[in-house]
Amino acid sequence: MNLLSIDALTVDRGTARILDRVSLDVARGETVALVGESGAGKSTIATAIMRLLGDARISGSIALADAGDLLALREPDMVRLRGRRLSMIFQDAGAALNPAYTVGAQLVSAVRRNLGLGKRDAHARAVELMTQVGINDPEARLSAYPHQLSGGMQQRVMVAIALAADPDLLLADEPTSALDVTIQAQIVRLILAQTRARGAACIFVLHDLALASQACDSVVVLYAGQVVESGPVRDVLDNARHPYTRQLKSCVLEIGRDDLVAPEGTVPSHEDMPAGCRFATRCPRAQDRCWADAPPLETARGSHRFACWNPE
Amino acid sequence: MPTPPRPVFELKDVEKVFQVRKPGQRFGRKTVGLRALDGVRLSVEQGASLALVGESGSGKSTLLRVLLGLDAPTDGQARYRGRPIRAVRDEGADFARDVAMVYQDARGSLNPRMTVGALIAEPLRRFAVVPAPEIGARVATLLTRVGLPADAAGRYPAALSGGQVRRVAIARALASDPSVLVADEAVSGLDVSTQAQLLTLLRRLQQDMGLTLVFITHDLGVASFLCEQIAIMYLGRIVETGPTDAVLTSPAHPYTAALRDAAPKFFEPIAEPLPGEIPSPLDLPSGCRFSGRCPRVQPDCHARDPHLARSRTRSVTRSVACLHPLAPVDGAGPVAPANPGPAPEQTRPD
Ligand SMILES: Nc1ncnc2c1ncn2[C@@H]1O[C@H](COP(=O)(O)OP(=O)(O)OP(=O)(O)O)[C@@H](O)[C@H]1O
Ligand SMILES: Nc1ncnc2c1ncn2[C@@H]1O[C@H](COP(=O)(O)OP(=O)(O)OP(=O)(O)O)[C@@H](O)[C@H]1O
Ligand code: SF4
Ligand code: SF4
Ligand SMILES: [Mg+2]
Ligand SMILES: [Mg+2]
Repeated sequence: MNLLSIDALTVDRGTARILDRVSLDVARGETVALVGESGAGKSTIATAIMRLLGDARISGSIALADAGDLLALREPDMVRLRGRRLSMIFQDAGAALNPAYTVGAQLVSAVRRNLGLGKRDAHARAVELMTQVGINDPEARLSAYPHQLSGGMQQRVMVAIALAADPDLLLADEPTSALDVTIQAQIVRLILAQTRARGAACIFVLHDLALASQACDSVVVLYAGQVVESGPVRDVLDNARHPYTRQLKSCVLEIGRDDLVAPEGTVPSHEDMPAGCRFATRCPRAQDRCWADAPPLETARGSHRFACWNPE
Repeated sequence: MPTPPRPVFELKDVEKVFQVRKPGQRFGRKTVGLRALDGVRLSVEQGASLALVGESGSGKSTLLRVLLGLDAPTDGQARYRGRPIRAVRDEGADFARDVAMVYQDARGSLNPRMTVGALIAEPLRRFAVVPAPEIGARVATLLTRVGLPADAAGRYPAALSGGQVRRVAIARALASDPSVLVADEAVSGLDVSTQAQLLTLLRRLQQDMGLTLVFITHDLGVASFLCEQIAIMYLGRIVETGPTDAVLTSPAHPYTAALRDAAPKFFEPIAEPLPGEIPSPLDLPSGCRFSGRCPRVQPDCHARDPHLARSRTRSVTRSVACLHPLAPVDGAGPVAPANPGPAPEQTRPD
């Protein structure tokens, strides 16, 4: 059975449909990359799983093993799950740490809240976590304020806080896009090693497809609030069937590449969204049918799926 | 012979020291100096494109704040077209119109109570870029240029995703038709297709309109696509500089090599991290500041602090601050700081 099973998740804000019938599964121990254009709804999916979406209207279901549909839980039950079974590293890490408290105070309070430990045990656990995320001299660093740590170190503290309670599922929303590539490699290795050691699963929101290919087992590609392709990382990134996935891959800038051709156009606004395939306004393979009917998610092979009438 | 134009930006031995509370002290007024920039020399010519790359905390944003006159250097000189930056900045709106900025914290740089349309109209109005009746149309053009739908004009920053906010910041920066664009991580956090649109736009502006670019990025692919020149920073210093292609093809500084090796590559294992911890800027190691993590470290590296030294290999000028550089740069070593910019005036024997 899957650890997490999202079915037909739909999120509306005002008149805008932010997510449209998104379905995706995460197995225990699996690492899944969420990729796609900015504004496609990646953070919204992660935030919906944490049930921190605020005033949006939500339908569909988010089933977590042994907990049932998260959307049906009462808030106190959800509070218990957050941290203990689900935790999230937010898109802006600097902003997620409170500048007024020491790193130690924040880490210890996460440990106490989630594991119900006493002060002394919580402190010992905090030191252990700081060591696990590769911070030297953890006792001294615990008494530091966030601004006294470099960006990379703050990010490692965030990882430590997120891992504090041995979650089953870690949601990491662009955890490294503000860091240089050597530190990025270090943090991603760290997240993978720590989640693997715990048998935990991980959803990574990423923009770097090469990094996704290195770090993840499977990939989910989003466009304008819909899943357009998903499956094992090799199938999706090496043998994409959806034109949007191909377009994304064609825009990856490897060092020394000079022949980049940028795709035309923008994602249509919510009022102008085509009735059929949402990518039709920009798709080089669009046919008449694409404008009228929305393509369903079809299975290519195994768990590789795509939604397109005229696939590559 | 006409006098050559002044460089747009020229930094000479720039130091920036922040006073911070002594580590470990929660209260108390004792402070220590944190040297965020340490002897930075840099020259950016009109129409040049320079990528600034380096580890987080190495001083890139601080360097940009000095270029914009937002921070005064503690020591050294910072000039804009030959005149002290702070003085030019205080003189009036010309500098602000000519030199546009995209901040690293795009969301924080936008007034949350203004709509996207009002945010982009503001510089158009302030600098009288177009007559008032044309402002609406120009806003729409700018939105399209950065890949935002027209209905974004009526929304507030809180209703935009991280990447959309970044595009608004770029649209605002381009609104005043600047001749210099200084951008801090302007395209990070964008999907690669939007990024491709913005990078090709910037490259067109750079090549056709002579836009001068100073571009901080962590992405070496972006640096190599957009910028002719690159400067690699480590703990407050520029440790290597030169033409982007040459530097990335055959790095001379071991840190540059580590960056290149760590850049993600399709389906390859994730790079092995460098050993050791990044030292605190308050507690630098003796000798070379990279010595604690350097795979090529040798005994003398702990004793001598290498400065940026210039060398010329097959007519390209490159500089590196390393006692034992990797292959391509010959003649580098512990020489007094040399200017990585254009060669000083020389009398030619003809
Ligand atoms: N409070 C809000 N009110 C209205 N629309 C919103 C709100 N928050 C987000 N949106 C819209 O929801 C859509 C999805 O946003 P989300 O933050 O999930 O995108 P994302 O895929 O994470 O993008 P990015 O890669 O840029 O972070 C965007 O079009 C955004 O403009
Ligand atoms: N206002 C300030 N007061 C005290 N220290 C500061 C201040 N601004 C920056 N620093 C310190 O100066 C150093 C350089 O910071 P800077 O923000 O320039 O780095 P950066 O290269 O832009 O890093 P990043 O890639 O993480 O954005 C860091 O050690 C930082 O902690
Ligand atoms: S369904 Fe049609 S428009 Fe949509 S991606 Fe496929 S070919 Fe393109
Ligand atoms: S001087 Fe020595 S320690 Fe420093 S970068 Fe060069 S080889 Fe490495
Ligand atoms: Mg997001
Ligand atoms: Mg910075």
